[in-house]
Amino acid sequence: MITQALFRALDKKAIWIVAILLVVAIAVPLSNLMLPDGHPLRLPNYAVPLFGKYLTFAMLALALDLVWGYCGILSLGHGAFFAIGGYAMGMYLMRQIGTRGVYANPILPDFMVFLNWKELPWYWYGMDNFWIAMLMVVLVPGLLAFVFGFLAFRSRVTGVYLSIITQAMTYALLLAFFRNDMGFGGNNGLTDFKDILGQSISAPTTRAALFAASAIALALAVLACSMIVNSKLGKVMVAVRDAESRTRFLGYRVEYVKLFAFVVSAVIAGIAGALYVPQVGIINPSEFDPANSIEVVIWTAVGGRGTIVGPIIGGILVNVGKSYFTGAFPEYWLFALGALFVVVTLFMPKGIVGLIGQYHRATTKREQHERTDSAEAEAGIEPTNQPKPAE
Amino acid sequence: MTDKTGTMLYLDGVSVAFDGFKAINHLSIIVYPAEMLAIIGPNGAGKTTMMDIITGKTRPDDGQVLFDGRTDLTRLDEAAIANLGIGRKFQKPTVFESHTIWDNIEMALKKPRGVFSTLFYAASTADNARISEILETVRLLDRKHELAADLSHGQKQWLEIGMLLAQDPKLLLVDEPVAGMTDAETVETAKLLRDIAKTRSVVVVEHDMSFVRELGSRVTCLAEGAVLAEGTLDQVSANPVVIERYLGR
Ligand SMILES: Nc1ncnc2c1ncn2[C@@H]1O[C@H](COP(=O)(O)OP(=O)(O)OP(=O)(O)O)[C@@H](O)[C@H]1O
Ligand SMILES: [Mg+2]
Repeated sequence: MITQALFRALDKKAIWIVAILLVVAIAVPLSNLMLPDGHPLRLPNYAVPLFGKYLTFAMLALALDLVWGYCGILSLGHGAFFAIGGYAMGMYLMRQIGTRGVYANPILPDFMVFLNWKELPWYWYGMDNFWIAMLMVVLVPGLLAFVFGFLAFRSRVTGVYLSIITQAMTYALLLAFFRNDMGFGGNNGLTDFKDILGQSISAPTTRAALFAASAIALALAVLACSMIVNSKLGKVMVAVRDAESRTRFLGYRVEYVKLFAFVVSAVIAGIAGALYVPQVGIINPSEFDPANSIEVVIWTAVGGRGTIVGPIIGGILVNVGKSYFTGAFPEYWLFALGALFVVVTLFMPKGIVGLIGQYHRATTKREQHERTDSAEAEAGIEPTNQPKPAE
Repeated sequence: MTDKTGTMLYLDGVSVAFDGFKAINHLSIIVYPAEMLAIIGPNGAGKTTMMDIITGKTRPDDGQVLFDGRTDLTRLDEAAIANLGIGRKFQKPTVFESHTIWDNIEMALKKPRGVFSTLFYAASTADNARISEILETVRLLDRKHELAADLSHGQKQWLEIGMLLAQDPKLLLVDEPVAGMTDAETVETAKLLRDIAKTRSVVVVEHDMSFVRELGSRVTCLAEGAVLAEGTLDQVSANPVVIERYLGR
């Protein structure tokens, strides 16, 4: 049954994306590690974690698209799940520092020693174990999404109201993580990481491995999302998006359909966050900033929501643009982002992918037309069946 | 109205008010198994509101609503009521426009509705045969791969009737099914509903009198949220009050 479902999910587009990601997962590390310095095809060291970061952003956008593009839930708080996944990874990395910290405390991270804490808070226990930390990367965002979603969807909070409470959620977490007594390093967050799985975190091989892990994780997320949206449940999700109340009258429990999408999406976002942190070397409360979550919505809209490839394209392109802009004219980035959002909303509601699709359809239609027109001209018939204008 | 046993749908003394306006006022209606009831009445009589109450969209302020002689519908939500075996076609045809005609029927097909059984659902040959059969009945088989958005108003009505059939309900609530249909399609629809009513209970709301005559069923006329007259179509349409308040206008 499950293999059947997986097989169905492997539609052509998903296979292409996965194949490209796997090629990238191999090619980028190879180019960086194997080619000699100065080779035209060699990626410089700084580019590897930068590209890896783009992939984690693409994964976050894909996660948002699952709930927004397919299920109609406009979450403006998805950055929170990403940040929580990041913090779980950060806690593991903090515990790997050990006696190499400024205070050389074998158990306590520096910020706790600085705060005069004597003992590790209970929720830091076990986080020195990689697998426990990875379990938390998945579990904590999933659980938060489950509780939040259960309450919100069961009370039938929808539309703008839902968007607002997701903003409130990430804002509340922002304030909480700023506090020193929460035990997550306050406004400095978690940083100065040394090792991951016994490897130096700044070594080119580690960075290459983290890049490959990001590409593979994104490929797996594509498979999972593709499987979901191509299943009957995926069709029901779209039905919920387009006509929520009608779906109820067919006997589907809309709240559980939404809850499923929301939890899966939060887990994907959490994993993306966990891959992000070791590549940028820091996690702090600003990741919970509501503006971050809104940016994710823009990436998804630019790429094209309601498609698998759209948010990936959007997440990568917008962030490449951001890297360029914040380097060249830092003060204009927010204006550029705002303008981009307005242009996309007004002129390309289906994003880049929609634009490509439109162009593709227009050309094939024109070709068909030319063919039938010439056939009719030969037969001496007036063309009658004009295509119906789209409603 | 006291004997609930053996009824499929039992409404007794049902009232609902919207901001003080009594849309349904002490309404009592009974439908038996394998029986069709046609409901007529002027605009705003409360016909759609009655269906909203039965399907859990609107909670009545007062009165009893029973399904199958025992299940209290006022305590259940829309999904639970649908899963009991009550299917509804809306006055404004509502199909899933971004899905194909085939997928619309597939989603309606009577199957476990849980999240995981829906996720791992794989259509069996029997399911596909059943979907084809339904599409044949509603004459949309040759358009099965087209999007529901591309259908005409009348065809959307038929698609929604097809979705009703796919749900395999015990009670069908059909709100103005022939709006937007040609005369020939109207006759076909009446025939289809008569067929369905051989084995299930059907409640049809309609303004088109020639269609109601085709149905040949018991008729109830509603006005201002209550029953104005009941009987055969001839009895009801000869009723002076009905003529004054509805037909004569
Ligand atoms: N949710 C609501 N809130 C306020 N008023 C409502 C609501 N639903 C229905 N009404 C009012 O109740 C009355 C009955 O409406 P209803 O739609 O049931 O009439 P109807 O018999 O179906 O009419 P039609 O033949 O035009 O479809 C109308 O006056 C309508 O405006
Ligand atoms: Mg009505």
